[in-house]
Amino acid sequence: MLEILYFAWVKDRMGRAQESLPLPPGATTVADLAAFLQTRDPQGAQAFIDPASIRAAVNQDFARPSTTIHDGDEVAFFPPVTGG
Amino acid sequence: MMPTVRVQPHPFDTGAEIAALTHGRTDVGGIGCFVGSVRDTAAGRPITAMTLEHYPGMTERALTRIADDAASRWPLQACTLIHRVGRLLPGELIVLVLAASPHRRAALDATAFLIDWLKTDAPFWKQEHFPDGTAAWVANTEADTQAAARWTA
Repeated sequence: MLEILYFAWVKDRMGRAQESLPLPPGATTVADLAAFLQTRDPQGAQAFIDPASIRAAVNQDFARPSTTIHDGDEVAFFPPVTGG
Repeated sequence: MMPTVRVQPHPFDTGAEIAALTHGRTDVGGIGCFVGSVRDTAAGRPITAMTLEHYPGMTERALTRIADDAASRWPLQACTLIHRVGRLLPGELIVLVLAASPHRRAALDATAFLIDWLKTDAPFWKQEHFPDGTAAWVANTEADTQAAARWTA
């Protein structure tokens, strides 16, 4: 299973802060997972309408679209950070 | 150097944090300090409050990594990074950066480095609340990205 977390407006559009999900068939990267979520339901379509505006982390390290994911990983999707 | 890193909803006491940073040592020559506060406008529009969200666990890791980066560039003796989360009102203090070094230039430069990277590399998100009851997530700025990038030029 993957543990998926959403933050800020990605969370708002997904309508949830987190979920557990089996690794989608054929998905090996962050980009694959984002594409799966985008096509899964209307919330995902809305959240991932512009994948370039979304950042990701795998196991609490910033990740790139090409970062590989594995069963058991914690994957987070969020907008560019705005702290300080 | 072991940085002090905290993410908390409650206010911080800048004087107490400076005292804690130097407690029991006499080798510090200077302490750089940046304190961020919540502004009452956003792009000219009044705001009534701000909500800070973060990624528990990753935030502390990211802040510790930024502090370690600073310590590898300057002779830091101690450093403190405190960021508040939750709902904050205009005028409230939101972030504290302290950097102690034997000499002022290192203390000041490290402080600027820490706040610049905190703004681009720590997973915090601001939501602004407006007088009409609406709210909007803040978009990151190119200026913040450029401020951090100048340290790698």
